[in-house]
Amino acid sequence: MYKVKVYVTLRESVLDPQGKAVQQSLSSLGYQGVEDVRIGKYMELQFDDSVRDVEGTVKEVCEKLLSNPVIEDYRYEIEEGAKQ
Amino acid sequence: MKFAVIVFPGSNCDVDMYHAVKDELGEQVDLVWHDADNLDEYDGILLPGGFSYGDYLRSGAIAHMSKVMAAVKKAAEAGKPVLGVCNGFQILLESGLLPGAMLRNKNLKFICRTVELSVENNETMFTSLYKKGEKISIPVAHGEGNYYCDEATLAKLQENNQIAFTYASDVNGSLSDIAGITNEKGNVLGMMPHPERAVDELLGSADGLKLFQSIVKHWRDSHVVNA
Repeated sequence: MYKVKVYVTLRESVLDPQGKAVQQSLSSLGYQGVEDVRIGKYMELQFDDSVRDVEGTVKEVCEKLLSNPVIEDYRYEIEEGAKQ
Repeated sequence: MKFAVIVFPGSNCDVDMYHAVKDELGEQVDLVWHDADNLDEYDGILLPGGFSYGDYLRSGAIAHMSKVMAAVKKAAEAGKPVLGVCNGFQILLESGLLPGAMLRNKNLKFICRTVELSVENNETMFTSLYKKGEKISIPVAHGEGNYYCDEATLAKLQENNQIAFTYASDVNGSLSDIAGITNEKGNVLGMMPHPERAVDELLGSADGLKLFQSIVKHWRDSHVVNA
């Protein structure tokens, strides 16, 4: 049993208008020190023991579906035996 | 000529597209559900706008995995005209049939109004009845129509004349004001504006009709002897 945490974020070269709007909102709340905000997605995947190559599979699904490589980067963490 | 309008769960411009082809263009058309695996009987494929699968994950991301898309790819490879409008364009981008991706509109708002487009390339099977540089009025309705690709891809699009339509003035932040692009071969067109909503003066504009008529003209010229 594996729990996989996947983070998908816009590439650095891509403008993030949503993040920009949140940054401006924080600034108007008085948090002048928040220089930049980037908004992304967080996903949790639960793998059962039938999946042999968990890391390989995670990479594959990230590239095929969970992220769009044209505009997004992804990273992941794999935790063993996480399900209670 | 026989068209297929592909219907995904959440498509909502499918009936407009059907009406445009059947009643305004006067050609045959079927609504085809997303689980169809064969489109051989159709001469042209239309991917309508809407919110397929609720735009979950990314616009078009789930729809591009559906069964019918293998058949759409086959039709594209065979050189048949494939037109994706709005969400249909997003699905074509996700499927890799067209290069690039869509970002949220620059102003983060859903934009729903008629805009002016310039016909950049009138030498495609979709635009041959327009004049080069012609200004046409076509409605847009989208929240994610901010076209993006890397510099190398943009250079390639320009070099190969793949930019079919641009916005006459900035609408959503799209790179180079791109409103619609074709693939290299020129038989797949994706565009954010809705030509099927501009096919009769009663709707405010009939400027979109020529796009569909161009497709039919191309098909007649290449398929019908003594046309």
